[in-house]
Amino acid sequence: MTGHEHSQVEVHHKEGFIRKYIFSTDHKTIAKQYLITGIIWGFIGMILSWFMRLQLAYPNQPIPLLEKILGGWAEGGILKPEFYTALITMHGTIMVFFLLTAGLSGTFSNYLIPLQIGARDMAFPVLNMLSYWVFFAASVVMLISFFVQTGPAGAGWTMYPPLSALKNAVPGSGFGTTLWLISMALFIVSSLLGALNYITTTLNYRTKGMSMGRLPITVWGMFVTAILGLLSFPVLLAGAVMLIFDREFGTSFFVPSGLVLGGQPVPHEGGNPILWQHLFWFLGHPEVYIVLLPAVSIVGEVLATNSRKPLFAYKICVGAIIGIGALSMIVWGHHMYVSGMNPILGEIFVVTTLAISFPTAILIFNYLVTVWRGSLRFTPGMLFALGFLGLFIPGALTGAFLATAPVDIQLHDTYFVVAHFHFTMATAAAFGMFAGVYHWFPKMFGRMMNDKLGKIHFWGTFIGVYLIFFPMFFQGIAGVPRRYYSFTEYNFTSQFIGLNKFITIAAFIAGAAQFIFLFNFFWSMFKGPKADKNPWKANTLEWQADSPPPHGNWGPELPVVYRGPYEYSVPGAEEDYIPQTASIKVEAK
Amino acid sequence: MTQEVIFEQEKILKSPWGGGKSPFGVSREKFTMWIFILSDAFTFGGLLAGYGALRASLPSWPSRLEIFSAFPFINAKLPLLFVSIMTFILICSSLTMALAVDAGKRMDKKGVIKYLLLTIGGGFLFLLCQAYEWGHLIHEGARLTSNPWGVPLFSASFFVITGFHGSHVLSGVIVLIIMAIRVAKGIYDKRGSYEGVEVAGLYWHFVDLVWVFIFAFFYLL
Repeated sequence: MTGHEHSQVEVHHKEGFIRKYIFSTDHKTIAKQYLITGIIWGFIGMILSWFMRLQLAYPNQPIPLLEKILGGWAEGGILKPEFYTALITMHGTIMVFFLLTAGLSGTFSNYLIPLQIGARDMAFPVLNMLSYWVFFAASVVMLISFFVQTGPAGAGWTMYPPLSALKNAVPGSGFGTTLWLISMALFIVSSLLGALNYITTTLNYRTKGMSMGRLPITVWGMFVTAILGLLSFPVLLAGAVMLIFDREFGTSFFVPSGLVLGGQPVPHEGGNPILWQHLFWFLGHPEVYIVLLPAVSIVGEVLATNSRKPLFAYKICVGAIIGIGALSMIVWGHHMYVSGMNPILGEIFVVTTLAISFPTAILIFNYLVTVWRGSLRFTPGMLFALGFLGLFIPGALTGAFLATAPVDIQLHDTYFVVAHFHFTMATAAAFGMFAGVYHWFPKMFGRMMNDKLGKIHFWGTFIGVYLIFFPMFFQGIAGVPRRYYSFTEYNFTSQFIGLNKFITIAAFIAGAAQFIFLFNFFWSMFKGPKADKNPWKANTLEWQADSPPPHGNWGPELPVVYRGPYEYSVPGAEEDYIPQTASIKVEAK
Repeated sequence: MTQEVIFEQEKILKSPWGGGKSPFGVSREKFTMWIFILSDAFTFGGLLAGYGALRASLPSWPSRLEIFSAFPFINAKLPLLFVSIMTFILICSSLTMALAVDAGKRMDKKGVIKYLLLTIGGGFLFLLCQAYEWGHLIHEGARLTSNPWGVPLFSASFFVITGFHGSHVLSGVIVLIIMAIRVAKGIYDKRGSYEGVEVAGLYWHFVDLVWVFIFAFFYLL
């Protein structure tokens, strides 16, 4: 068995609705399921952020509409503080894990890996289906936690103990946190099943001629992402097991001695809350790159295709992605400079963290050179890819401030951090995802998305995002702490109340732009103009398949690859692109 | 120029990494089991590192020689003898597993079943021993939240780590039972390869290896 068990053509059998659209083992359907679930989560997460922004812009002012929507959580129209902490927790969890991990890499790893390497499906189609449905179960559990009496988890998406370890610490520490942990355990299982599939498929199922040096940059990005997930999520699982025991069975892995809660000493002793931070961030930092690498690699692919130029220094780009992945496993301590860490250890984390800016900078410069003097086509996908660069560069530059411990001690837990990570991993990754959706939508659904609506969506989002997050850098430098319910008490925070109103308005505008995308997405799925095989004139294999590709992706024969993925504008060639399947003899004449 | 390109293509098609085949020459099942084991090793690594960090931060840790000195039916103090026998049983089951895989390579169905049953027996015996050990400690007053010998984290980490490992052994035993049934049905004979047994064996060896680490770091150190 050499890993090509299903290279022979599968007989086309008629599938019922349930087998075709719900419990499907086809990687393309599973990718669409991930995408649509991710979009739903994205909208939920965005609406949660609107509630937060309303509170920050209009603290202590009754908004009757809020009471209508949230009921007891906003009695008299004023958001309750404990619901505000629940909002930040759920916004973070949903956006990081459910949208940008499952929604992003679930969609594009599933869709692109088999198509771009010339395989008929994933290595284990049934495991792949299970991976989605376990993720779906995790989603349902997380959604249920909104409806328990004490509200959803409220200890922040990082779940630091003792808030998360003691059931009566804050209202959200009750049943909401239990559900959060159950949901995350399911999520870890789902991501493990996914990662196993992605890695095995990439290594074992490449078609003839598709050497590792000819893989599109997207496949490299997804591959390294899968390895990161495979190695870092289990450590969170270990931490989650201990946290569940602390909560449910009274152990004290993470609860220190001498804690007093509501005037009562807590019957725990000997634990160490910082241990959780280490275990969490051992996942948490690679997680940032699990979010970022698929986006960054999608952007590379979209930029090269729409600049009609080869991706600059392909091998170095691949090396940079591997370097980012490897370094990301040893930088987790930079989240903990103020948590109480040996200064020498802190210094080591400063060095490793700054070291990660080398491969990152190399990659981004390669992208800039790729675009440089290309014949650009401003499709919505291309605009979002360029927008990614516009967001990632300020985000990454401010990362250097935060990586340095002496500066971070000042900026830690301020809005500077909020601005930084929203630029780098949140909106930049979302832009990568949008670029991917616009770029591969014709392949996924066989129809084109509306160009004009896509451009309006882009400009609304790009300008909106800048107006939301750029002012937060100034707030953070002035010392405004993040995660606070209201900023009315002190002058150094209340001076920004006007700015907060401005940000809130920008948030609503940027959010409204997303509804344009939602409309465009579903309208084009049914009513868009039919797409041909290769609307972007791209080289990679998926564009040689039909739009949308049939079950099994390829005809009776698997494609054979003769060249690298980025032969655009080759001098002397008939067209400005040469598909990877174009055989050498054609070139010889 | 064209000659060079054609030469390059031939080189790629011949190389193990050139696509169309597994670069390591292993099936998808075996490869995936390897990377699953890598992932699971990180879970145990997280648990053991957490235990190590907590233990290092505490001023005292109970003496294992005192605590793990019971032996069934014998009313004498035999430090660590029982757990050593447990370890021995598990290592023996690894040996029989290797023999089962070897018999599979020779397509010896009876041999595979015999050694698989022995491995299942070893795993089952190990679980029984663990049940005895847990029962004994619980009888002496060890709980998740406290124990008579000192810091509560001692019993908490004992139950969590050995319990997590025990659940791995239990699932391994279940997998091996399923394997034995499949072998008996002749599924692998029909396939012409006993690779499934080998893949299950990889998991079993991993679970045994983890126990060696737990034995070293929890009982001995």
